[in-house]
Amino acid sequence: MKDLVKRYGLMLTSYMVVASLVWIVLLVILPYFMMVNYSFRPNLVAADIGGPLDHYTIDNYITLFQNQVHFHVFLNTIWGGALVTFICLCVCYPIAYHLAKVATPQRAAFLLLLLVIPFWINEILRTFAWFIILAYQGPLNAFLKFFHIIDKPIRYLSGNGAVMVGMVYAFILFMVFPIYNAMESLDKNQVEAARDLGAPTWRIHWRVVIPHAKPGIAVGCIMTFMLAVSSYAVPSILGSTNSRWFTEIIYQWFFEGQNWPQGSAYAFILLLLCIIFILVMMRVFKVGLTDIAK
Amino acid sequence: MARSPFGFPLQLSGCNSYQGADYRIAMSQDIQLDRVTMRFGDFVAVKDVSLTIHAGEFFSFLGPSGCGKTTILRMVSGFNEPSEGVIRIGGQDMAGIGPNKRPTALIFQNLALFPLMTVWENIAFGLEVRGVPKAKRRKRAEELLDLIALSGAAEKRVSELSGGQRQRVAIARALAVEPKVMLLDEPLSALDLKLRQHMRAELRAIQRRTGVTFIYITHDQGEALTMSDRVAVMSQGVIQQISKSAEIYNDPATPFVATFVGENNVFRGQVKAVDGDWATIETGHGQLRGRNRNGVKVGETALLFARPERLNLVNGDAGAEMNRLDLTLGHVDFEGSFANLFLRSGDSQAGEQAGRGVIMQMSNDGGLPRLVPGEKLPVGFAAEDAVILADGPLAAH
Repeated sequence: MKDLVKRYGLMLTSYMVVASLVWIVLLVILPYFMMVNYSFRPNLVAADIGGPLDHYTIDNYITLFQNQVHFHVFLNTIWGGALVTFICLCVCYPIAYHLAKVATPQRAAFLLLLLVIPFWINEILRTFAWFIILAYQGPLNAFLKFFHIIDKPIRYLSGNGAVMVGMVYAFILFMVFPIYNAMESLDKNQVEAARDLGAPTWRIHWRVVIPHAKPGIAVGCIMTFMLAVSSYAVPSILGSTNSRWFTEIIYQWFFEGQNWPQGSAYAFILLLLCIIFILVMMRVFKVGLTDIAK
Repeated sequence: MARSPFGFPLQLSGCNSYQGADYRIAMSQDIQLDRVTMRFGDFVAVKDVSLTIHAGEFFSFLGPSGCGKTTILRMVSGFNEPSEGVIRIGGQDMAGIGPNKRPTALIFQNLALFPLMTVWENIAFGLEVRGVPKAKRRKRAEELLDLIALSGAAEKRVSELSGGQRQRVAIARALAVEPKVMLLDEPLSALDLKLRQHMRAELRAIQRRTGVTFIYITHDQGEALTMSDRVAVMSQGVIQQISKSAEIYNDPATPFVATFVGENNVFRGQVKAVDGDWATIETGHGQLRGRNRNGVKVGETALLFARPERLNLVNGDAGAEMNRLDLTLGHVDFEGSFANLFLRSGDSQAGEQAGRGVIMQMSNDGGLPRLVPGEKLPVGFAAEDAVILADGPLAAH
């Protein structure tokens, strides 16, 4: 603290400290604290709040495990999120490698631009674009039919398929950039050295590139998974009745059921899930928080 | 005994091949470049190079950066395919054979060790690739660690090693795949002077012990001259001269070689007379005589080169066959075991015709006279110590 004052002066130091405190307390800790507080209390009419019925309970948490449909959706969301993450990784790893190590700088800049341009458009609009593309009478079916690849149109928008497509598309950048960043610092000579020693391409990746890019892969997976399980727009637009997402149920509790405590409990469970996923990824990839922060 | 993909036996049992001092790797082979040219767009990096490097030889490419020497190395290792010409290793055309299928091992300028593997995993990587079981890999890595005097470092990380140790690990990693040819791309350039000199001897010793052909790339003439059996001097994609170290220094074939390797005094002039292996040229210092190495003809412009250590102070008219220059002492750089005398021409107009003054080296053997700047010094050198070559580009200093 003294050092800071010495370096930046009293005014600037106090401004930085106060601004950080306001940000952390008002915008991070307090809302979470309120949500946790809500989640352990029953849903009461205004008159009963603070009355004898208002006591702490874990009923809101138990609800999820007693409600078959909700619990099924919860599991489906975890599975869906994991699948999106995996597909994203498979799609983005080669892209990131190409950008970081194969393409010339000009070409890499051009490709990055192509990757980023779609994200200048609102997420809802992009998702609606997929809704149109994947529609029963949409251009994709028309295209496939025109070239006689299929006889009759496919119903993409029922089931999880369209949601997966939409999400992989929506989160590509969050997977590409961390891996790209990690790979950029890889010395190209190491790839050549491995090749010179006789390694085929897959082994070069397995033994040299992937170990180096591990922190980036971990960060990409964590970001993609968290965005996927907490996504609302994509599943509500591209999903169907049999592919509901856990976020939709949270939304229902808050805004249709008007049951904020119940919604908070569900939201908090989702948060716990994400934290567990982060810890698991850190363990699996043997990376620390500092690696991820890079 | 496993067969390696190169078709020569990989001796992995360790029962005989690496015992005692015999680390010899069987059957190293000739490398032949046949009219090899490499273009990058409009830029010609290597121009019509033909040469044969013999099995078991320590062969260096010496030249300034950008002269094409690294390109040659990358073509031999397979990372680049020549635009024209053929590269043969052991008589076999290497066209279309990737770097992972060639019997070469490359040591990178920055070594390119794998930082996330232990030392022994680094060394055994080539064997891992070839599907050698872990126990045998480990054993072989230990043997190679013995060879490079680093036993006990097997479990260390590369980052825990010193520069010289990393160097040796890189060599062991390359030797582990039993290459017929080792390619070294300025591997000593990152080391400090003392270590560099030590590693020269070490590299040479490893090369002798293993019998593997070494192709060494460097811009450091000291490295090239001390280690190599033969040296190829390159400039702008063209081989200037291929000779033994002493010949490169004593008998340069082109003005570039004469000025790139070691110090040289240059005198430009017109050829006045040619008799047999000798020629005389008319320079600003008068007529100078030297060996006519490449057969210049009367009337041509030529350059005469004389090494600073071949210049002597002359008394009176001693030695009528000596070339004689009347010079004025500029300044003296005392280097310890020798001193460099920087001299300029008596009449300041005639001197420095080739853009350089005259340097004379005197060894500090007790006979070093008291020298005063501005003093007139008659300097001479024998005709057999001077080389006359047709005018051509000099090395940039």
